[in-house]
Amino acid sequence: MSDPRDNVQQEFLAEAQELVEALSRDLLLLDEAHQRGERVDSALVNEIFRSVHTLKGIAGMFGYKHVGTIAHALEDLLDDLRLGRTIVGDPLLDVLFDSVERFQRLLALEDPQAPEEKSGVDAYVAAVRSIGAQPATEDGDPLEQYAIGSAVLSVLTEYEEHRLRACIREGMKLYRLRATFDLAAIDDSIETLRDVIHDDAEIITYLPSLEGGNDESIELVVLLASHVPEAELKAYFEGRYGTIEVIEERAPLPTNPPNPTLIPPDTRSELPPSDDDWGQASLRSLANSVRVDIRKLDDLMNVVGELALVRGAVSRVVESFAADPKHRQSLQELDRVGRGFERQLSELRMRILDVRMVPLGQVFSKFARIVRQAAREHDKQVRLVVTGANTEMDKLIVEELADPLMHLVRNAIDHGIEPVDARMRLAKPAEGTLALNAYHKGSNVVIEVEDDGCGMNAHKLRETAVARGLLTAEAGHDLTRQDMLNLVFLPGFSTNTSVTDMSGRGVGMDVVKTNILRMGGVVSIASEHGIGTKITVTLPITLAIIRALIVTVGSRPFALPIAAVREAVPYSPKDVRSIQGRKVVTMRGETLPICDLARLFGLQPRGRQAGRFVIVCAMGTRELGFVVDELVGQEDVITKSLGKTLSSVRGFAGAADLGDQRLALVLDAPALFTEYFEGAGAQLGAETHA
Amino acid sequence: MAFHTLIVDDSSAVRAFVRVSLEDADFARVQEAETGFEALQLLASHSFDVVIVDVNMPDINGLELLAFMKKSPRQQGTCKILISTAVDGLDAQRGAELGADALLEKPFEVEELRELIRSLLDPVAEVSG
Repeated sequence: MSDPRDNVQQEFLAEAQELVEALSRDLLLLDEAHQRGERVDSALVNEIFRSVHTLKGIAGMFGYKHVGTIAHALEDLLDDLRLGRTIVGDPLLDVLFDSVERFQRLLALEDPQAPEEKSGVDAYVAAVRSIGAQPATEDGDPLEQYAIGSAVLSVLTEYEEHRLRACIREGMKLYRLRATFDLAAIDDSIETLRDVIHDDAEIITYLPSLEGGNDESIELVVLLASHVPEAELKAYFEGRYGTIEVIEERAPLPTNPPNPTLIPPDTRSELPPSDDDWGQASLRSLANSVRVDIRKLDDLMNVVGELALVRGAVSRVVESFAADPKHRQSLQELDRVGRGFERQLSELRMRILDVRMVPLGQVFSKFARIVRQAAREHDKQVRLVVTGANTEMDKLIVEELADPLMHLVRNAIDHGIEPVDARMRLAKPAEGTLALNAYHKGSNVVIEVEDDGCGMNAHKLRETAVARGLLTAEAGHDLTRQDMLNLVFLPGFSTNTSVTDMSGRGVGMDVVKTNILRMGGVVSIASEHGIGTKITVTLPITLAIIRALIVTVGSRPFALPIAAVREAVPYSPKDVRSIQGRKVVTMRGETLPICDLARLFGLQPRGRQAGRFVIVCAMGTRELGFVVDELVGQEDVITKSLGKTLSSVRGFAGAADLGDQRLALVLDAPALFTEYFEGAGAQLGAETHA
Repeated sequence: MAFHTLIVDDSSAVRAFVRVSLEDADFARVQEAETGFEALQLLASHSFDVVIVDVNMPDINGLELLAFMKKSPRQQGTCKILISTAVDGLDAQRGAELGADALLEKPFEVEELRELIRSLLDPVAEVSG
């Protein structure tokens, strides 16, 4: 059994990650409201405070000293903010945005106490501390003018008390709503109440009382502040939720005497015996979700694969009886049951896949921060417009997507959107627009990164490619406009000679393309000079299931991810030529290098050479033909890892069950390309390794 | 016999930490509540030896739960521990006034928590025999 402490550590990291993501999202909302000049949403500020506050608490308990130090400094700052002692401004937003990246980095450290991080953390804390609090304006305590009651005041936290004062100062009236809730369904009821109240009132707190409550129900006193007139609130709540009364102003302060019916504290032994039916009572959790390690879902998916194999084996046993007429009726019945089983199995598969899905908004929210920061650094005005943030895809893909998308976003700001003065000269709006759109298309998700910046000059791209020796002038001559745009995906291609902080990090569009391809996706580019650029990334919803072309080599099945396959053509040995030791064929006037998989894997090819096929695969701008024996067809397959011992074997992405007790190796097209072209780049003409 | 303990905290990591700390060597049986509402459900139907409550929670805060337990016949013998952090100083003080038997400041260690519970429950064990 694993050490429970390891699980607790995992729990910490998962929660810390969630808190940082929530912080990131909330900061964007705060920033947006600030940019629009809106008043600060107190609930939002409190949420931000709570995230940091909780993070500080748990970081300390789990030995994440630096995270704790930063969170502590921010906590003080945010406490000042939520208690009205400081205001939202650019310096405050800057340190807050900065914290998100710091937290993420520190949480990823092997050694959470790493001494070399200390100086950076100290400098950051000093920056936070430099944003001092302003003394709160003292104009007497408005709470004293209200008959709230000391019993109520004594259970308010400092923050709730502050909210009460703030609401009074804003001219809201205070209300006391008394309502009885069914304990078993209290979460739903409170949710409904919150929806009803929504923007009309601020809920300060819920006070549980014993009056009017028992084991099944409980009375809550909900303290509300609202601008809505008393009569209106009364008309709505009375009868529906209980009674509502306004807390009068300038009434004498009554002191609630302690409840005389209290049972003295030392009567423990006289109380009903403590419950031994511990597990039997209704312990329905209010939070209806659990965190699951994604590997556990992979394991589940593997079990589904095994089940499919068992089903196949049963079918074959059944077939062996088929010849015998006396089993006919039973066999028909068995066949019907078997089909039902398959339906349920595919349902199970779909549901497990569904659990892996997370909204893309998780990664989009990171970009808003980057856009804000980048635009400021470059003196550009950029508005980020996000659509389809709720589009869901596999958690693993969403994680992998962050870097390539980040690069595209940075490119758009860095090279796409023009500085304000340039835009004015071009009669474009001063503020550039960067759109991130996501939507489902069949079993794919499409993500567009679109800007209304300067666009690309296709002919200039071609000149650059030729100048850099990536392309011969003759080859360049025949390129279509789209081909010219695609040149940006060549390794070593960069149109901007100046290296900037933003995107000049030595990774170019070729890396973006390779990463997307690795996930079984494709990336395409559309651009109009002077108007803007749109990069479209299409990805499968999940990597757990891929669409594959099943082929055989030496009578063994192999699966080729369909995303890499361009076409399949009959193979004719007589057309094969040898150029510098490599086999090539000519297709539509182009030279296509080919790789005989039978030879590569040391398998005996099928005797007859005619009737074999060349599968033309494309990665970036390179094409390579794989020679195979037979085409079996297309299939959705679940890729399983080859396990630790075989993980070093190159060229295979994993294995897949084909459902007939045959296992196909899934070819790793990018790895095979690298294997094939490595060291031979210079001889292959146009493309060289950067 | 293991103590019946309830931990009320909106942080799942803190709840897991408390659970693992206390369930080790069968020291205590721990139930968890993520929200004040969930705690109210449990407090209405169970008696606990120890209830550990975080002061700063959304909706129903720790102080309100302390006030509720003070009035609840079922929880009269219950030891109440209020968890807070330095920034909640004022709130922790109020907790003491509302009948918290001990204040525990985050971050705390496993042994610190166990020792605190031992010291709180031993006299109770003597009284009730």
